[in-house]
Amino acid sequence: MKILVCLSKVPDTTSKISFTDNNTRFNSQGVQYILNPSDEWYALVRAIELKEAKLAESVSAVMVGGAEDDALLRKAVAIGADTLYRINAQPMDAYSVARMLADFIKTQDFQLVLTGRETIDYNGGEVPALLAEMLGWELASPVNKLDIVEGKARMESELGALTQVLEADLPLVISAAKGMADQRIPNMWGIRNSRMAVIQVVEPQPVEPLVRFVNYELPPAKGQVKMIPADQPELLVDLLHNEAKVI
Amino acid sequence: MNILVFAESQHGAIKKSGLEAVTYAARTASQHQGTVTCLVAGVDENVASGLGAYGAHKVLKMESHPDALGLSDALSEAIAATQARLVVLAYDALGRHLAPRLSARLGAALISGASGLPEIQGDTLRVRKSVFSGKAFATLECSTPIKILAFSPNTLAPEKKEGTAEVVSFSPATRNSRIRVIKTEEKQGEVALPDAEIVVSAGRGLKGPENWGIVEDLAHALNAATACSRPVADIGWRPHHEHVGQTGLTVRPNLYIAIGISGAIQHLAGVNQSKVIVVINKDPEAPFFKAADYGIVGDAFEVVPRITEAVKKLKAGA
Repeated sequence: MKILVCLSKVPDTTSKISFTDNNTRFNSQGVQYILNPSDEWYALVRAIELKEAKLAESVSAVMVGGAEDDALLRKAVAIGADTLYRINAQPMDAYSVARMLADFIKTQDFQLVLTGRETIDYNGGEVPALLAEMLGWELASPVNKLDIVEGKARMESELGALTQVLEADLPLVISAAKGMADQRIPNMWGIRNSRMAVIQVVEPQPVEPLVRFVNYELPPAKGQVKMIPADQPELLVDLLHNEAKVI
Repeated sequence: MNILVFAESQHGAIKKSGLEAVTYAARTASQHQGTVTCLVAGVDENVASGLGAYGAHKVLKMESHPDALGLSDALSEAIAATQARLVVLAYDALGRHLAPRLSARLGAALISGASGLPEIQGDTLRVRKSVFSGKAFATLECSTPIKILAFSPNTLAPEKKEGTAEVVSFSPATRNSRIRVIKTEEKQGEVALPDAEIVVSAGRGLKGPENWGIVEDLAHALNAATACSRPVADIGWRPHHEHVGQTGLTVRPNLYIAIGISGAIQHLAGVNQSKVIVVINKDPEAPFFKAADYGIVGDAFEVVPRITEAVKKLKAGA
């Protein structure tokens, strides 16, 4: 069974967010990019664990991006992925990214496609279900635990107070969420391997995005916090009721 | 313009997110001379016609309650039957299945996580959404013939007025997902975190899972959901589904009370869209105070039970 993990490039969590060109473009100057946390920590690490447990034959990673993203993509090999693919295009919206991924997946023989639940930049979370629909595959989402038992995916999905145990035949698209695996720090061998890893560049059919980003704005600055003395906590309840009117 | 809205039900009633969806659709329709048709499943005739009070003109009522794949089929058929140009639904766990599936199937633009009402001019729709985990807003635009607008839950409050809607029985052809549900566990009596209006959250400052009683008592008094920070979920004090933050759940309640949470940037990313934030922490230097509306520097074990008592007193008097 071959697994494909879809990775996104996102600004590091602690990056200062700003915009240029009259607030129409994200200002990438000085921004450190990382692999999207739920793609890396949950989807990729769990896929590698399944391969190490001999429940998967191989783990490939794919990213839609330009040559400038190769260094980041190599991190997947440093963690333990076998094969890297880069679909040579700039990601414009979720629809066009999913379409390019789906076109690529149709030319390969993956049985399991894992993505993180949501990216931390545009917070869309659309790609998992877009992919499932475009491929005609089933979707499991969100998945907090994943095992392969007798060739089937055995999963746990937590939705608020509801927890479900699910079983699905392959092929399958999975949206990976908290609990599936833990972040893994690359070791020396991994880093050495990643330097030599070959990235297979895939030229996609062009896809028009369906959604355009018109402009951006920063949220208004937060007002001053109102401090309440620790010996009068009842005052808080009064303020929440009469001033903020939230209880 | 014909608008189709999906309202999710649970245990025979329309969920709050479903009532928000109908309200969202009705307010959009009133600005753009539209009609609102609502698709529902798993509710009786009265509940269905009652959606008229939230602004639905017509309700398509399904007798069966299909799974997510089947609901996407039902929505596709309803879009064709009503010649809808705009589809409105909540972007919650089910919405994350439905909205992208419809987008891919119909070639319809999807704007997910919208945080306000849209502006529509001619064929073009514009709407704002929160991006970069609450650190900015973006205005997005689309102009495909059919558009899908999936708003963030708790974007607006359901508005109930007078009126009933015409109810039409609807029997679309729906597939069943081949994913088998082996087991379902539902914790009774708990407020579900994703759609909670008030969230009481705690972190490492509570020192151990045995101390969560004071958090649960306050949550119970406020009819709130409980949540936690990442370290607390990682060490197993609390279940993963309670973890809010960048890599857990994003919540946007009316009131978020953080107890013993320092407020790392990753945690703030999951809660910074809350309308009012209260921070209770022993450490006056905790970064969370910078993001708070109200703060108390003090010992949670002394402060929180007193707040709980004051809430109970308030509720008893109300």
